[in-house]
Amino acid sequence: MRRARLRFSAVFWRRPWFKGLALLTPPVAAFLLIYVGALTVLFISAFWSVDSFTGKLEHIWNIENFRIVFSTTDPTYLRIAGRTIGIAAAVTLTDAVLAFPLAYYMARIARPRTRTLVFVLVLLPLWSSYLVRIYAWRLILSNDGVLNWALGGVGLPHLNIGYTNWAMWIVFSYVWLPFMVLPVYAALERIPDNYLEASGDLGASGFRTFRSIIVPLALPGIVAGSIFTFSLTLGDYVTPLLVGGAGSSFIGNVVYENIGVNANVPFAAAFATVPVIIMAVYLVIARRLGAFEAL
Amino acid sequence: MATHALPETPPRQQSARATPDVRLVGVRKTYGEVVAVARVDLEIAAGEFFTLLGPSGSGKTTTLRLIAGFEQPDAGEVRLAGVDITHRPPYARDVNTVFQDYALFPHMTVGENVGYGLRVKGVPRRERARRVAEALELVRLPNVAARKPVQLSGGQRQRIALARSLVNHPRVLLLDEPLGALDLKLRQEMQIELKRIQQDVGLTFVYVTHDQEEALTMSDRLAVFSEGRIEQLGTPAEVYERPATEFVAGFIGVSNIIERDGRRFTVRPEKIEMRDDSGRSGERGRIRDVVYVGMFTRYIVELDSGGELTVVKQNLESSSREALESRGKRVRLEWRPEHTFEIGTGGRE
Repeated sequence: MRRARLRFSAVFWRRPWFKGLALLTPPVAAFLLIYVGALTVLFISAFWSVDSFTGKLEHIWNIENFRIVFSTTDPTYLRIAGRTIGIAAAVTLTDAVLAFPLAYYMARIARPRTRTLVFVLVLLPLWSSYLVRIYAWRLILSNDGVLNWALGGVGLPHLNIGYTNWAMWIVFSYVWLPFMVLPVYAALERIPDNYLEASGDLGASGFRTFRSIIVPLALPGIVAGSIFTFSLTLGDYVTPLLVGGAGSSFIGNVVYENIGVNANVPFAAAFATVPVIIMAVYLVIARRLGAFEAL
Repeated sequence: MATHALPETPPRQQSARATPDVRLVGVRKTYGEVVAVARVDLEIAAGEFFTLLGPSGSGKTTTLRLIAGFEQPDAGEVRLAGVDITHRPPYARDVNTVFQDYALFPHMTVGENVGYGLRVKGVPRRERARRVAEALELVRLPNVAARKPVQLSGGQRQRIALARSLVNHPRVLLLDEPLGALDLKLRQEMQIELKRIQQDVGLTFVYVTHDQEEALTMSDRLAVFSEGRIEQLGTPAEVYERPATEFVAGFIGVSNIIERDGRRFTVRPEKIEMRDDSGRSGERGRIRDVVYVGMFTRYIVELDSGGELTVVKQNLESSSREALESRGKRVRLEWRPEHTFEIGTGGRE
């Protein structure tokens, strides 16, 4: 028995690739079957259609769904896609601007204890449910919510930003902020002090050093963070549902409605390929900018 | 602080410019409880190759960083060519630093790295390109401008770091253990190379190292640091042959100290003659240990009247076996009176 076990071990010892194979087979199989398989089915079903009278799925190849999505005569879906991408871009930009100084403080200024504290504060919201946090914002931003109560308290006019794109922009920026802070922090933390000293030594003022050394070296971290903030916003449908107004549907909401209420899975599939393609392009660009070395 | 009575031989360039290039007056730097530099007074002449030598934690690197402006002294004054620069930031000082681990910017090419200082100062593109090429020529790496620092070897990076500083023609070049990361062979090559470059460009070099051999080989003058103070300051020959304190004697070369009649003397191991037991003069003793080092053999001799001396003999005619067999033999040690010096205890009573 023992001998058999040893012989079995020896097989792995003699052929290191065997070990890799044994380790990778289950996750790769699961990945191929569930993830890639599902994506393939999604993409294929985008070329089917639903009989509008019977509501039955028809397996006839056509590109009608894509024609509707990209139609310029009725730009409903193009507008929704544009809104989704626009807000995702705005959220990414906002988070980059907000996260950079915070991450810089954490990485290069704070003492170890303060740094731990700030870390906890950044990560703590992730421990609570995402839905709860969005609901909290709904209460803050609604017309008779905390924001307007506070504004009224100090004598400022009411802001009617509840259930608008503004509200979505604010809420998204808030919920995804930690995903930007962490990679930017990691990138900033890795810059050795003596790069900054060398820059100053060579005649660069603090601002010049920031522009020529710190920002370029932190850029991969910013791009890595933007992958999160951009893709998470792009795929979301809960926030638009809860804090968005009547005219603020995202791609995700349309997909959701077509799977549920409208029962038009092929159209949902066609629209869902749009963010997949956008993210694929985005990742290629991010790779060029060195974002994956920063993760 | 220990003083030494020896006259300082002025390096040849000193007469050319009267004001020293670097002058530290009563400089002190502490980090909380830790005293990094207790008190340093120092004058470095223009064109001099000046070395700050000492073990780690002796304050040599802190002293260099005070000149560069990365640290602010708690007390005292830093002067550059007669001007008080104590409170100027690094970018407003006409000095450049070569860092121990080079600190080349990884996102820039070699050419951009070398041209960084010029670009920051707004030197026009064409002149910048010319000077960068010149600097790369000086460090004998003219063809690497388009590469990234990661594509270079350690020795090449070291040269680029040097070029990046030299290209700015600073008043003083500061070098913080620049050869520390290189292997022995390359280090020895670079020592010669650095000295050549320093003589070519005629710049003042302030060089930090813990390697005594490096300090002796390269410097016009050197200051031996210990516990935040200068123990001795002088030319390599002075410091080596006439160590002023026990610390200097031990740090540079082998500590060879014997106590006779309450006075302490030192003598360098290669100055001692080792003879057989028969004569009368000299110190008698027994060889306790023999270390064969190839080119020479090191004998550790226990003296009858107390103490121990290391003797070094070149292996001119003796073989390793003969040398090793002499263990336990009785010998007599002699040296010329001018090769022995009375030393202080270290001067920190």
